[in-house]
Amino acid sequence: MRLPAFLHRSEAAVALVLLAAIVIIGAINPAFWQPDNIFNLVRANVVIGIMALAVLLVMISGGIDVSFPAFAAAAMYLTVIAMNHFGYQGVVLPFIAATLIGAFCGLLNAVFIHTFRMIPLIVTLGTASVVRGLLLGLVGTSIVNIDRMPQSLIGFGRSTVSIAGSQLTLMIFVYLGLAVLVWLFLTRTMLGRGLHAYGGDPESARRVGFPTRRIVYAVYIAAGALAGFAGLLHASMIWLANPRDFVGYELDVIAAVVLGGASIFGGRGSVLGTILGVALLVLIKNSLIILRVDNTWQSVVVGAVIVVATAVTALRDRRKAKAGS
Amino acid sequence: MQAPLIELTSITKRFPGMTALNNVDFSIEPAEIVCLAGENGSGKSTLIKVLSGIYRPEQGRLVFDGEEIATLSPREAIARGVQVIYQDFSLFPNLTVAENLALSRFLGEKRQLMNRAEARRIGQEALDRLGVSIDLEAEVGSLSTADRQLVAIARALMSPVRLLVMDEPTTALTGREIDRLFALVREIKAKGIAVLFVSHKMREMLEISERIVIFRNGRKVAEGSTADFTEGSITKAMTGQDIGGERYEGPASDAPIRLAVSGLSVPGRVEDVSFSLRSGEIVGLSGLLGSGRTELALALFGLSPDHGGRIEIDGHAIEAKDVNAAIDAGIAYVPEDRLSEGLFMTQSIARNINAGVIDRLSSGPFVDKTAFSQAAEDTVSSLRIATPGIEKAVGLLSGGNQQRVVIGRWLQTGPKVLILNGPTVGVDVGSKAEIHRQLRKLAVENGLAVLMISDDVPELIQNCNRILLMHRGRLIDEIQAVGVEEDDIHARLKGLD
Repeated sequence: MRLPAFLHRSEAAVALVLLAAIVIIGAINPAFWQPDNIFNLVRANVVIGIMALAVLLVMISGGIDVSFPAFAAAAMYLTVIAMNHFGYQGVVLPFIAATLIGAFCGLLNAVFIHTFRMIPLIVTLGTASVVRGLLLGLVGTSIVNIDRMPQSLIGFGRSTVSIAGSQLTLMIFVYLGLAVLVWLFLTRTMLGRGLHAYGGDPESARRVGFPTRRIVYAVYIAAGALAGFAGLLHASMIWLANPRDFVGYELDVIAAVVLGGASIFGGRGSVLGTILGVALLVLIKNSLIILRVDNTWQSVVVGAVIVVATAVTALRDRRKAKAGS
Repeated sequence: MQAPLIELTSITKRFPGMTALNNVDFSIEPAEIVCLAGENGSGKSTLIKVLSGIYRPEQGRLVFDGEEIATLSPREAIARGVQVIYQDFSLFPNLTVAENLALSRFLGEKRQLMNRAEARRIGQEALDRLGVSIDLEAEVGSLSTADRQLVAIARALMSPVRLLVMDEPTTALTGREIDRLFALVREIKAKGIAVLFVSHKMREMLEISERIVIFRNGRKVAEGSTADFTEGSITKAMTGQDIGGERYEGPASDAPIRLAVSGLSVPGRVEDVSFSLRSGEIVGLSGLLGSGRTELALALFGLSPDHGGRIEIDGHAIEAKDVNAAIDAGIAYVPEDRLSEGLFMTQSIARNINAGVIDRLSSGPFVDKTAFSQAAEDTVSSLRIATPGIEKAVGLLSGGNQQRVVIGRWLQTGPKVLILNGPTVGVDVGSKAEIHRQLRKLAVENGLAVLMISDDVPELIQNCNRILLMHRGRLIDEIQAVGVEEDDIHARLKGLD
């Protein structure tokens, strides 16, 4: 039997699993269908989703990034501290600042990875540790609580739209807007196609004439920028800035991206798949809470998701390679 | 005589510790098909890289269309119409055919945005120009090697190309695909484009080229019209020695039977195959790709536990249910792809040679270092592996020497039957002759029965007593090698399918 073309795409598989998970969880616990619960789930997608877009870019290039949680924490905390220091109330400028801080950190990754030809995992482990260490050592360790959090950020983060008597966060549109931007970049720009080409075969990309240096720099800078932005958005959504935040996010986010069909060997991955992967991961983790599964078991589930999803994509890639030979 | 398209004079290119090109002259005319021959390390690849502007020679003149160029950059080379198709095609497996074709043009136009509809149109045009049809939306990674090569050629022809360089273009192609490629090359020539073939396959050089240029050790050692060359004279020029012509005599016809196979079947792959190998015999096994010849070998080596039929070694039935059982029974298998299946590239020669017999070289939990080195030294000297020492990493050896390490490893296990799959694929001519000599010696002196799977007809004729032909999983013919001509076998292989 020949399946329709769209079902051959890995996004279709993730979408079907997501749908099945929703139906099953909804059947076990009808409270799932409450708008409040669904909107909460949507809200939980936002920050992880933006970070996943960052990781998606890096993974398509054939690299891996574990430094984005540290960059997010640094961008968020520095911006909030600076706002309090200057007594600044505003939204646009702080987000630009956080994005730039993230981009600068990403630039460091790019320098080491491209100029010194180092392995992305080692580089990003190192920069993550350095950035976190500097943040805690030089800037501070104290949490900025709701009473000291800039009101402008809180106001922005709590903006919602009322649907069926429940509040849906407007931040979801920020996330989806960024997703569209990343999608346009990946599919409609030469730099984006060059990124796929580079991830597929760096040597050939160089020979054909892609600006590989610019590609690598663009990827890590963009990833850092997205992480910085996500960091401040997170703080404004939970109304506090904790420099020790985002620990362990790397696993969740990478799991979501892999779940969305991106290949850890580079060259493959899509924005739609990533959005679905994030939704699935968030759904699973939150449902475990609803089902009163202990916290520690969540990490078992996330780890298992990474292993299984990677195995499935590896099988897919191997089948493709076999079909070709 | 026409004015040459490109003329290189006294080119010298040095690398630390070696001179890759030594005072070499080379020229090619428009619409000329030239074959560049030479063993690995003879300077062929260096010359291509000089032509395409990747390497800058220390000395010498480059003249394109009568105009001298001081320094040729890769960009300049492309602008002057030099296109190189490397062995790996430099395609992107994860992008579509259309994108692979269109992206380099978009890059050349310094575009910032990607236009899919236009990419498809450009791709279609490029394929039409070659007269081939390939699904434009297919990912290149899912195409066959031959189709990928067509995409690479189509891409090269999109630019205003005047010299098309093809590096070992026939390596992974079947006979039929090679014919199609040659037809295409002649069409390309008809458009006034010069083609430079880099190859080490005699037959193809003689079939396709008009002129042959032969390199050895960084020097041009022979050059002339193809009509003036024979396989023998090419080989001699490439290696500096007389090779070939010899044939394997084989054992007496009453030598004991080592391997007897009857009714061997692998579901869907091999059907009811029966044959036997005598001690000291070398038997060839050929057929088209997908004929079941590799599957037959894998079944003998215990990699198809679901096989049916009977396998006997020295008159005793064996059960080839897994690799260990096959090895214990005395079967050794040297796989097609020694890089991924046979060798630990970063490990030393000694460790590679002894990898299969480490138990035998150990006392208790410790490796007996003297016995370990001795075993490796013995193998290196008996197989004449060219290396400064047994501690060198295998990855640093040439293809031919690597292959000898794999064979040496198997000899350590004391096999009775040695199965080789493509024993000299990617090995240069001189080294190939040496491997053949070693195999014949092993068959005679150790009484091994050798089953040699190969596409290389001269190799089969020179080394085998008999040649088995497989087609669609069945054994369809057995040819006595004595008195057989290469063309007979080529004709029979082409007649299949």
